[in-house]
Amino acid sequence: MLAPPSPVTVEIIVNGTPRRACVEPRTTLVDFLREHLGLTGTHIGCEHGICGACSVLLEGEPVRACCLFALQVEGLSVTTVEGLAPARGELSRLQNAFCEAHALQCGYCTPGMLIACHDLLARNPRPSEEEIREAIGGNLCRCTGYQQIVDAVKLASGQEAAHG
Amino acid sequence: MAKFGLSQPLRRIEDPRLLKGGGRYTDDIALPGAAHGHVLRSPHAAARIRSVDTAAALRVPGVLAVITAKEWREEGLGEIPCIIPLKNRDGSERASTPRGALAEDRVRHVGDPVAFIVAETPKAAKDAAEAVVVDYEVLPSVTDLDAAHRPGAPPVWDHVPNNIAFDWEAGDRAKADALFAQAAHVTRLTVVNNRVVVASMEVRAAAAEYDAGEGKFTLYAGTQGSWLVKNLLAESVFRLPPEKFRVVTPDVGGGFGMKLYLYAEYALVCMAARRLGRPVKWTSERTEAFLSDTHGRDNITLGELALDKDGKFLALRTRNYANMGAYLSTFAPFIPTGAGTKVLASVYDFQAIHAHVLGVLTNTVPVDAYRGAGRPESNYLVERLIDTAARELGMDRIELRRRNMVPRSAMPYVTAIGQRYDSGDFAAVLDAALRKADWAGFPARRAESARRGRRRGIGLAYYLEATGGSPTERAEIRFAPDGMVEVLVGTQSTGQGHETAYAMLTSHELGIPIDRIRVVQGDSDVIPTGGGTGGARSLYSEGQAILATTATVIEKGKQAASEHLEAAVADIEFTPQGGRFSVVGTDRGVGILDLARIQRERAAKGEPATLLDAAEVAEIRAHTFPNGCHIAEVEVDPDTGLVGIARYIVVDDVGHAINPLIVRGQVHGGVAQGIGQAVHERTAYDPESGQLLSASFMDYALPRAEDLPDIEVELIEVPCETNPLGVKGAGEAGAVGSPPAVMNALVDALSDDGVRHLDMPATPEAVWKAIHGAKAA
Repeated sequence: MLAPPSPVTVEIIVNGTPRRACVEPRTTLVDFLREHLGLTGTHIGCEHGICGACSVLLEGEPVRACCLFALQVEGLSVTTVEGLAPARGELSRLQNAFCEAHALQCGYCTPGMLIACHDLLARNPRPSEEEIREAIGGNLCRCTGYQQIVDAVKLASGQEAAHG
Repeated sequence: MAKFGLSQPLRRIEDPRLLKGGGRYTDDIALPGAAHGHVLRSPHAAARIRSVDTAAALRVPGVLAVITAKEWREEGLGEIPCIIPLKNRDGSERASTPRGALAEDRVRHVGDPVAFIVAETPKAAKDAAEAVVVDYEVLPSVTDLDAAHRPGAPPVWDHVPNNIAFDWEAGDRAKADALFAQAAHVTRLTVVNNRVVVASMEVRAAAAEYDAGEGKFTLYAGTQGSWLVKNLLAESVFRLPPEKFRVVTPDVGGGFGMKLYLYAEYALVCMAARRLGRPVKWTSERTEAFLSDTHGRDNITLGELALDKDGKFLALRTRNYANMGAYLSTFAPFIPTGAGTKVLASVYDFQAIHAHVLGVLTNTVPVDAYRGAGRPESNYLVERLIDTAARELGMDRIELRRRNMVPRSAMPYVTAIGQRYDSGDFAAVLDAALRKADWAGFPARRAESARRGRRRGIGLAYYLEATGGSPTERAEIRFAPDGMVEVLVGTQSTGQGHETAYAMLTSHELGIPIDRIRVVQGDSDVIPTGGGTGGARSLYSEGQAILATTATVIEKGKQAASEHLEAAVADIEFTPQGGRFSVVGTDRGVGILDLARIQRERAAKGEPATLLDAAEVAEIRAHTFPNGCHIAEVEVDPDTGLVGIARYIVVDDVGHAINPLIVRGQVHGGVAQGIGQAVHERTAYDPESGQLLSASFMDYALPRAEDLPDIEVELIEVPCETNPLGVKGAGEAGAVGSPPAVMNALVDALSDDGVRHLDMPATPEAVWKAIHGAKAA
């Protein structure tokens, strides 16, 4: 049995603040966020990049935090669900729309969904239904059937949502 | 019908914290000093364990303990039980499949737990698991339901002949047989209800700590009700008084039936916490979840429908083989028997029904309740049978249903299988659905699809489900010192929005603003009893408990107001709108929150004062019968076999909808799961090795956003007559109606290709083969 590798210090800018922790080199970004920084809003759904629950923004681009080592993003900027709201106690326009359209039930996939939709709206302020479904196609939700998430994105982009 | 404050699409109270990453799920709980557990699982479907050598694993740096069945037995621990007694047709008891948390001499499915390794970190525990040496003698296995009960199949348990764990019946066999003998037409159909992996997005997890001084365990786990888990840990595993266990359920990321049970890992973290004197945590990995969470469905059922010359149903006979997996799970034998057969009549008038159910053991993950639990299976069979009968008789499938539906005027109506329906207007719901779907305009849509080279089909299913669960439920209302009103409940939300629904109800009854209400759930030390959530029972059960409790609060409030206002109790009245107690005929009064505060302050000073806090247990005397009509339109690409859902319409009668926003969400989610079962989700075992081939999200197809249509939902409220809220339950309904609607549509789409039936899941391969195979034949 190999001895565990020596810990390394990793610094990542998380939600605008440099954060540092001493971790095993094999620590994934999602474990770094959850276990070492206590940012448990980012969830683990499958550990192999298929469900999207662990999505975060890396330098503004959505990535799967379960498929990256913390070491790989040393010095880079990461935004998690905790960093999406404009201010403490407030919700972003997108978060508000999720609430309005009932786009979440158990809330487990929600942080990843928000990251995917946030990214979509940054690239495409008025997406069509097809574009929304494509954008969240890499995020699994077992509760909603997705339509209310589609509706939320439409609401957030100032478009009328579909029927209930 | 609408009551003040109810029937509103109120935004959910729980959303803001979940949207900001503030949800607190089991794995988010970091107990100080916690060690981490990893389960070593069987790589074989069937094997004898010759020996387990843990010496090397114990030498791995950071390892604290390696627990096997030997340690389990040394501590005198008991069983992870099945709690459903069942009598066979011959009067004998069902087979038993006893198991501790860890396999002792035999493993019976891939994923069966063999050892629990505890270490300083999850990674160290996983490293050490690789160093445990288990000497297996591999045995022949059987995973396929149809093969397992045949003579000569490998025995899953040596004492269970033909792997038949139970052989059960219900209904009137003699009467049904007599009606079949005189029938003008009999339709026979065998349907497969495919095995489904539940796959809540949050995997299971558990953390336990042990207080040696008090001899008390605290378990944190994502359950569907802490009390069942607590009681089974106490009675069946540790054989200690229940007060030695506190079970806390935090936020739960989806359950769908699968999180109801006491699982081996929950007992193991408790056991390890006591042995090590420090907290122990375990979190499932996704593939582990595929191999250890209970699965759903997995039935093969022969249905026979007898009709007279006018197309009137006479009798229904079923013979259902239900795959139980390798062990009988907590509720498993109840699902295809009591739970499933009670809705065999659905919304139709039969003179007799007979159901025969055989529970079959296989070398697979145990099967238990999954959204609908038996009722989707029965509805699927009945609705496929009716479409098949209509085709055989050359009758319109709508007309055949209409001719046999129980009319509203017949309510209350007792079915041929003995259920008493209190309410329902099936014909009105059917008509509304046909209108909404523009059923009459379908031929034009079919022609348009055909011009694009696509086969379009339309299908309808009328479903009826019977809710169920614990026969009592408790609520408690406390006026807390911080000014909030706490509502303590015995159900457990796993995403359904209970906090919102219960707050709305309490607000409506007591006139307290919603933002002053805090719903408390899941902690068995704070809430003494609870029936948990399952069988779509929560609102009608907990709702009745809340109503009983608010009534007591008002009674106590009148007493308190009489003390405070110095008037006779008989002269005090309560106005829910505004939440005010007042002296009749005067302007003297006091608000309920002020009164509660005043009384609490008086009591604190030692003055006599009636407090407003109250708790009640409601007896749930009758279950409810949500029902509705689903219409699906599918479009098939004959070149690829790909099935697209082009339109989806639901008209539901779930009784009074307290929060229509939440009801729609429940229906959408249920329909999505049903579409998943019908066309995407295939649970595949390798017949030779018994390996679960679809054990990850790369291999098991959960529906994604691009796979699902817009789902149009309309609610027709026919109030339930057996509870004061008039509610029927909406949690399971979507998953009950959708598989038959989709499959009826698919068979309709392929009818010109000669397809008469297709089993789920209708994957592209299966559909392509059906089209091209039927043509060749």
